[in-house]
Amino acid sequence: MNIAVCVKPVPDPGHYNRITINPQTKLLDRKGIPVIINPVDKNAIEAALQLKEQFGGRVVLVSMAPPDVGETLKEALAMGVDEAYLLSDRAFAGSDTLATAGILAAGLKKIGEFDLILTGSESADSGTNHVPSQLGELLGYPHLNYLIELNLEAPLLKMKAKIENGYIEYEGFPPLVLGVAREINTPRYITLMGVVMARNKPFTIWGLKDLGLDPASAGLAGSPTRPGELHLPRHGRKAELLEGEYEIVAGKIIAVLRGAGILA
Amino acid sequence: MLQKPGAVWVIGEINGEKLVEVTLELLGKARELAARGGGSFTSAVLLGNETGPLAEELIEHGADQVILVEDPRLGLYQNDTFARVLERLVKKHGPEIVLFGATHCGSELSATLAARLKTGLSAHCIDLKINDRKEFVQVVPAFGGKVYSDILCPEARPQMAGVKPGIFPKTERDAARTGAVLKENAAVLDSYQSPLRALRVVQKQPRELPLEKAETIVAGGWGAGPDAWPILDQIAVELGGAVGCTRPALDEGWTKGEHTMIGTSGKTVRPRVYMGFGVSGSAHHIVGMKDSGVIININNDPEAPVFEVSDYKVVADAKKFLPVLLDKIREHKGG
Repeated sequence: MNIAVCVKPVPDPGHYNRITINPQTKLLDRKGIPVIINPVDKNAIEAALQLKEQFGGRVVLVSMAPPDVGETLKEALAMGVDEAYLLSDRAFAGSDTLATAGILAAGLKKIGEFDLILTGSESADSGTNHVPSQLGELLGYPHLNYLIELNLEAPLLKMKAKIENGYIEYEGFPPLVLGVAREINTPRYITLMGVVMARNKPFTIWGLKDLGLDPASAGLAGSPTRPGELHLPRHGRKAELLEGEYEIVAGKIIAVLRGAGILA
Repeated sequence: MLQKPGAVWVIGEINGEKLVEVTLELLGKARELAARGGGSFTSAVLLGNETGPLAEELIEHGADQVILVEDPRLGLYQNDTFARVLERLVKKHGPEIVLFGATHCGSELSATLAARLKTGLSAHCIDLKINDRKEFVQVVPAFGGKVYSDILCPEARPQMAGVKPGIFPKTERDAARTGAVLKENAAVLDSYQSPLRALRVVQKQPRELPLEKAETIVAGGWGAGPDAWPILDQIAVELGGAVGCTRPALDEGWTKGEHTMIGTSGKTVRPRVYMGFGVSGSAHHIVGMKDSGVIININNDPEAPVFEVSDYKVVADAKKFLPVLLDKIREHKGG
């Protein structure tokens, strides 16, 4: 079974409260925030590794990101992924989901044929959840997002995709592009042995030219959407302090609840 | 271009035999966008099998026209079949703006359709506007809601946007409204053999009062600890409300499940009163509750970010304060 996993390095969601907007440049200031593999993409890696353990084959990682994410991606190699491809080029900057899916599709096609292409259902930073479906469309493969169960009864795949208060059961045949949800599994921890083995695994970097892409199809030029202004939410609430012994404060809360018509 | 009749579309979604709430919420917004652009006419699109009776409901909630496709092959949602039918409808009628509810299926379908049409799509919008230059501005949360970003789609058409449930208020149903039903077909599927098969939909409606219907929400965060939840339940019962939670509390396994989680990847709520216990105020959670009527928070950290979005703040250990509050509410009701 040949499996590709697409992952995105993102600023660590545990630090998002530190993100600000630079008042001069109007750009995001995320200095000092560590970059990690998008958390649900690790569930995709885990799903791929489990399939490989059951059925054999190879797991390849593909990521579109700036060139300095090598160490972050090595974590995936340490988990057990066999080989990594980093798609990186200045021309890719500013890509929206459709342009990103196009670049990933070009990378995947150049690497070879896959039975399954797995990825996380959405990213922690922009959180669109579009890429799994758009990657499927651009590759011409059927696709599903939000998988919470994936079982191969060769050659048939049986899947459950999450919806509100439940799921939809699907059947399909490879090749497929699948976005996985966090419920699907628990990603493994890396071991020291894994880290040592990762050092010698192939790590390839490809740019725009290597992928044979037209500059007009990548980055901002290849993106139908344009980011406009950034703003910080303003709430305008006054946070009046309710003080005193707990009994007194509870009484004050009851007065607020009565004022709002919740209590008589 | 929004003056053109039917320039703004809402893609309807059906769950079981009913329209989902977000479809009805979008109809009001679609009318407003059409009006801001100088138009007056909104279309709803409904795909399914024997779903004709729902067309009337769409009209009563604000659609001027319903484009209806009824076909046995559309009985169960699949992204490939639905996107192919929608693609053909969009190419035939040429809408300027297409709105989707950002449910699981709605998000997947919108992404599929946008890729087929090679057009722009924004996700999980928390506001939609027509600006002074008559551009369609889609406001999306980034970094879990820490910042909001405007998204534009200057050239490609249609401009597509997904909106989370609970963001826009639903327009009242008006039985006197009239509108046209335009029947279209799914003939585009005649030459298509789907490689996927949806077998069945399994859903379990939670027994509790859904958060989006509760007038009072009592929310617990990580700071509430593992033992507070029965007390939160009892306070919710006394107030006729519901218990919500944050992502960390959900991850700890303290709660009734994901349907009670408030935030960008959970529910968006606007109850009359929101009371948070041990909620620190991650951007993720705040996006989901900031539009509540009155917001009260109890947290032992005086600098907790949640206080920036609170009308009333109590600096106290939520675990110790909860039983006192429960007793006091019971005493008040009893007396």
